[in-house]
Amino acid sequence: MIRFLTKGILRDRSRSLFPILIVAAGAFLTVAFYCYIQGAEINVVRSSANLRFGHVRVMTAAYAAEADQIPNDAALTGVEALKEKLRTLAPEMDWVARIQFGGLLDVPDAGGETRIQAPAAGMAVDLLTPGSIEPGLLNLERILVRGRLPQRAGEVLIGDELARKLGLEPGAPVTLVGSAMHGGMSMANLAVAGTIRFGIQAMDRTGIIADLADIRGALDMEDAAGEVLGLFRDGIYVHERAKALAAAFNAGPAAPSDSFRPVMQTLAQQPGLDIMIEKMGLFTAILVLVFLLAMSLVQWNAGLIGTLRRHGEFGLRLALGESKDRAYLSLLGEAVIIGLIGSAIGTALGLALAYYLQAHGIDVSGMMKNMSFLMDPILRAKITPFAFAVGFVPGLLASVIGTAIAGRAIYKRRTATLFKELET
Amino acid sequence: MENGMLIKTTDLTKVYPMGGQSITALDKVNLSFAKGEFAGLVGPSGSGKTTLLNILGSLDVPTRGSAEVLGEKIETLTHRKAAELRNHHIGFIFQTFNLLPVYTVYENVEFPLLLLGMAPAARRRAVLAALEWVHLSDRARSRPAQLSGGQCQRVAIARAVVKKPDLVLADEPTANLDAENSHHILHTMADINRDLGTTFLFSTHDDKVISHLRRKITLIDGRVAKDEPGPAAEKRP
Repeated sequence: MIRFLTKGILRDRSRSLFPILIVAAGAFLTVAFYCYIQGAEINVVRSSANLRFGHVRVMTAAYAAEADQIPNDAALTGVEALKEKLRTLAPEMDWVARIQFGGLLDVPDAGGETRIQAPAAGMAVDLLTPGSIEPGLLNLERILVRGRLPQRAGEVLIGDELARKLGLEPGAPVTLVGSAMHGGMSMANLAVAGTIRFGIQAMDRTGIIADLADIRGALDMEDAAGEVLGLFRDGIYVHERAKALAAAFNAGPAAPSDSFRPVMQTLAQQPGLDIMIEKMGLFTAILVLVFLLAMSLVQWNAGLIGTLRRHGEFGLRLALGESKDRAYLSLLGEAVIIGLIGSAIGTALGLALAYYLQAHGIDVSGMMKNMSFLMDPILRAKITPFAFAVGFVPGLLASVIGTAIAGRAIYKRRTATLFKELET
Repeated sequence: MENGMLIKTTDLTKVYPMGGQSITALDKVNLSFAKGEFAGLVGPSGSGKTTLLNILGSLDVPTRGSAEVLGEKIETLTHRKAAELRNHHIGFIFQTFNLLPVYTVYENVEFPLLLLGMAPAARRRAVLAALEWVHLSDRARSRPAQLSGGQCQRVAIARAVVKKPDLVLADEPTANLDAENSHHILHTMADINRDLGTTFLFSTHDDKVISHLRRKITLIDGRVAKDEPGPAAEKRP
């Protein structure tokens, strides 16, 4: 009987090709969209971690309380000892010190007098120590527009848009005028090694990347840093691990009243990322549910059309002695076969597209000129083990649920009515 | 049920609700049919012929009264029991043939045997024998769309008789056929009736069919107006 029904399915395209295409399309969209969401999440998290917050971020309690103001007067001191302690606590992570700073960028003319000035927001990272991971974290090679990366002390990278505004070419001298850690005015003469494009308007218009040692010297922050960032070496943020590490670190002996005690925050505690990281599972579940419902409705509709078209066939089969239960079960059996084939095709196609996006990505930097959050302009998907099931199971379920609802006509209508529809 | 009696109806009544009103399709019909009969229900459209066939075929149930087929009271059968009765004992032939278009002639005829769970070898023998009865052995692999109307109806006859049922119910079996094909079809059914002892009950107003009947029952407005020997009564096997 199964062979008989399978022959019917294969020969009747309206019972096979069309439903399989619907299931395959739904499964394809679900898998591709799920992988894209996973990729986008990882992309945003990775970019935010690498460029700004790390997977965990150590600051003084006072700095943390006003972090958006970059209060370097509340910066961490004794940073090398702190990093050593952190390496002991979490040897699986890389630890880097950074200083966020603001100031005025003064561009001199040929006579050494101020030609033009502009506000600048900078980040000091370890650019020059051999083996430093910072150039890689910031992807400096890729975002370099003109010139080269700093190779000597006193060299900086500045945002390409800022450089053009100030008429700066690689090699040009600039002076950074700022405020030292303890409140005094500070000045540092620097040279532009190259220009970079972050892809983020705010950073391109005002951004500077300088070597940590230069800025420590300029801002009187010897062995100090605004923050020490910790990053898991595999680049993947694992919230539970980060949370446990922060809890262990924060449970240290420092008195809670000491506003200069170091505190550790996770990436999920950073502004804008808390919802994304903690609720992403929920968002994904909602997404899958919506797709499942939508696909079920489509399948229900397709099932209704198919079943209505086949009322006559069912009337005939009942007349020939098939029981209603058996006819209904055979309909469900067909739905399982169609669901399996359609889901397999859709999942395979969705994974193929996701793999392409994972391997090659799509460059959307042109669409990100006015974005204010840190994100890699190359959109990538991420294939996870769950991606193999996320389209397959809903595709199969939608097919069966849709057909099960539509097939109730076999029970709801009188046999003679079905039978009669055979003759119309 | 009395000995040799296949069907017995007692005050069989069928009422269909129609909007706020009701239409009486069958009104206290009392009939009985013995095994091996070749009988027909005749009468104008709406006289209740198809309704009576549907009830005797356990596709519908009476509103009142009783219909007993092969010892089973139709009005008390569950869906499953009714399906079993049809599956084992009743064959249907329809006006519009109602073959499954995606299956071959062989597969259409085979379908009732699949429902019976017959073994493949026995099934094959039965299908080939049935196609032999209707002279369509050479078209076993054809699809219905490749056959003429007369050939399609012969396939439908083969499908109805392949399981050697006790009763075949034929609803206007020649309505879509020309005279020559009707003649062949009726002869085929008469031969099967003679050779297998299968009871045939027709619903018809086709004179060609009526001329082959050995018993003719006239229904008018859901009542039995006349129950008389048919033109072929003297040919009783």
